[in-house]
Amino acid sequence: MVGVASSGTATVTLPTEDQILITREFDAPKELVWKAWTTPELVKQWWHANRGEVTLAEIDLRVGGTWRYVSVTPEGFEVGFHGEYRKIEPYDRLVSTEAYEGIPNPDENATVNTMTLDGDNERTTVTILVQCPSPEVRDAMIDSGMEAGMQDAFDLMEQVAISLR
Amino acid sequence: MARAATTADAFNAVAEPRRRQILDVLAGGERPVNDLVSLLGLAQPQVSKHLRVLREVGVVDVRKDGRQRLYRLNGHALKPIHDWVQSYEQTWSERFDQLDVVLQELKEKEEGDGGSGK
Repeated sequence: MVGVASSGTATVTLPTEDQILITREFDAPKELVWKAWTTPELVKQWWHANRGEVTLAEIDLRVGGTWRYVSVTPEGFEVGFHGEYRKIEPYDRLVSTEAYEGIPNPDENATVNTMTLDGDNERTTVTILVQCPSPEVRDAMIDSGMEAGMQDAFDLMEQVAISLR
Repeated sequence: MARAATTADAFNAVAEPRRRQILDVLAGGERPVNDLVSLLGLAQPQVSKHLRVLREVGVVDVRKDGRQRLYRLNGHALKPIHDWVQSYEQTWSERFDQLDVVLQELKEKEEGDGGSGK
């Protein structure tokens, strides 16, 4: 294998009115994807999404155990997420809750995320199904995301207008 | 509840797979209802019902052309959803690009440990 070429961009769809589905293929076996996903030092290297750094990554990988990630943007804006592990099937499936600490009552509005790994010795497809507690919560996520992503949105305005015609 | 009427309705409108199919077809240009009936293999009353929902939320517009009624996509009504999906997708894509790098390093380390000398 040569190079680190990205295996494609994430695909996001809204399959029902209270779900979000994210998929992406990786050029690595699922054991390694699992490891990168569940090891704090490794999570710190990718969770930031190029928008600052991850200052905290805690993972207590057992059913009922909790996780918490905190990242800080270059402007000093702190974003925290936490949750609890519900189901752990090593290398195949991880079910956990995810609460965004930037909203009121994060735990009441937490989503249940099911990550599934599928593949062979070479490649892995990661699927994350985000189940929101209600359509209202999903719409609220979308509304808040729209505000945060306003700058992106402006840049995309023309592109969107064209693609939707 | 505090569900903003317009956006929430657009979300509802596109949550239905058949309605998404209709939007996909209309994304290619204006169509009369008969085209949609034959392209989707649905009965006309069903298509008309979906079109009515889509029109109510402003995602689809209609105009008369002689005896025909032509339906077309109104992209502006979908823009909030589209924008959000794009920015969400971008966050995850950037995360995953970083994850690619981490995985590549793990692979190299494993190969090194295995003594394959690659």
